[in-house]
Amino acid sequence: MRVKQISIFLENKKGRLLEALKALGREKINIRALSIADTLDFGILRLIVADPDKAKLVLEQSNFTVKENDVIAIAVKDQPGGLADVLSTLSNAGINVEYIYAFADKQENDAVVVLRTEDIDEGIKVLKKANVHMLSAKDIYSL
Amino acid sequence: MFWQMEQETLKRAKLEALQLKRLKQTLKRVYDNVPFYQKAFTRCKVKPVSLKSVKDIEKFPFTTREDLQANYPDGLLACGREDIVRLHTSSGTTGKPKAVFFTKADLDNSANLIARCLVATGCTKHDVLQNMMSYGLFTGGLVMHYGAEKLGMLIIPSAVGNTDRQIMLMQDFGTTTLHLTPSYALYLASHFEAKGINPAKDLKLKRAFMGAEPYTEETRLKLESSMGIEVFNSYGLTEMNGPGVAFECTEKNGMHIWEDNFIVEIVDPATGKQLPDGEYGELVLTTINREGMPIIRYRTRDITAIDPVRCACGRTHVRIKRIHGRADDMFIIRGVNIYPQQIEQVLMSVNGVGKNYQIVLESSEDMTIKVEFAKGYFDGNLDNLNTLRGTLLDRLKAAILVRPKVELAEPGTLPVSEGKSKRVIDNRKVY
Ligand SMILES: [Zn+2]
Repeated sequence: MRVKQISIFLENKKGRLLEALKALGREKINIRALSIADTLDFGILRLIVADPDKAKLVLEQSNFTVKENDVIAIAVKDQPGGLADVLSTLSNAGINVEYIYAFADKQENDAVVVLRTEDIDEGIKVLKKANVHMLSAKDIYSL
Repeated sequence: MFWQMEQETLKRAKLEALQLKRLKQTLKRVYDNVPFYQKAFTRCKVKPVSLKSVKDIEKFPFTTREDLQANYPDGLLACGREDIVRLHTSSGTTGKPKAVFFTKADLDNSANLIARCLVATGCTKHDVLQNMMSYGLFTGGLVMHYGAEKLGMLIIPSAVGNTDRQIMLMQDFGTTTLHLTPSYALYLASHFEAKGINPAKDLKLKRAFMGAEPYTEETRLKLESSMGIEVFNSYGLTEMNGPGVAFECTEKNGMHIWEDNFIVEIVDPATGKQLPDGEYGELVLTTINREGMPIIRYRTRDITAIDPVRCACGRTHVRIKRIHGRADDMFIIRGVNIYPQQIEQVLMSVNGVGKNYQIVLESSEDMTIKVEFAKGYFDGNLDNLNTLRGTLLDRLKAAILVRPKVELAEPGTLPVSEGKSKRVIDNRKVY
């Protein structure tokens, strides 16, 4: 149920984001989801891509500082309260969510939510128990 | 192990008697032969015979770097030019250089002092020294070279730069000992990392002597663990022979100064008054075993303290603490005196900080400290980076009393200069 995510350190230099995306584009690596967390001086670009290992290599070769880590991806019904339920399930179990972002699943009309909990295994366990529909790496990469 | 056991372990009473004898000779020598000193002594109403004890040196005038510059090229010679066999110079950032002259006996003596230092760190004739210091007018190359030769080490006079060749020499000739500046050592360490060389496994390195620039204990520990060596602090200055004026022994707890060759004083930099042992102040040195160009009460501008406690190694000569700062490196932000070493000390003590940093002085009010995070520190978490920056801000504020800007940079993106480090970039407008 773990899905690989690529995090890239972005120095506050104009064009760094573009450079990263171009590097991936040159290697025809498709980006499934993207999110940017930033402060005044620097940011972190997070990507879900079809081939995370290759993406990491490509970015490192272009001198980016890259970290690959695991996240949980869930399918949330496109209806009010869908995501809130999931989050309160985690919160009730005392599980801290570090960050969260979402993208739309073109085929299913569902929202795909990517979240990172402090303890991934514990997060998966709790969500499984609550019958939350989690997506496998294969599901995500083939979206 | 000792190089000159008798001199190095001389009982204090005997050592002090020897100092008094040599100091008297030196004062007489400069008074008789150097017009500059004759005038200076007369101005202070002292004569060589005024000195009854070593403590009386306090009555004699200081020599400053400006005095050396004003007497350039050879105004302070205490012997005929024909007896001089070597000169070295030290270039200041402003004004004329300072020239220092050596007779044959002076060179032989300085080589012995270096050999004492090398043996004190465990070197023997079986060791291979790669001397990664500039050869030429700078003393770091040649003076160390002749000292190591005296001991009988194999010397690779590789000088500075060309890091790939330096590494090849280490591999091919089994270098055990390095002599280099801390900034070059840091560069070398990151170069090893980049090339995938593990010095602890792939090379025969045992130790390094690092001097010529100030650096912190944290930098030493970092280099020791990343290269699998022991790093010994060394202190020298051209005016006093160059390297080997003060050197750590295997106890690595302060640097011994060879008191049979130098009188050591610590003075208040503002008043010039002597300070008691243990208090930090400006190091003042007098050569008492030099023919060509003796120097009386030289203001080194380096801040340190005397540790009078007897060293476990058996050497009776005092130790000085790590150099705390150099008056000339000091800069002023918001009216506060700041030494770059204070900043480095903070940076190197924080977990997650990488090897390179830069201090950019923006105005009289603002400075920015650019610092690389360590390779492998980035875990994709924004909070961790923010925490790292917050910790740096807080600790820097506590250490230097001014809140700088802190910018985090990726490993390997800040410039590293080979040789003398250029960590402080001064963009302040000068009116
Ligand atoms: Zn000792």
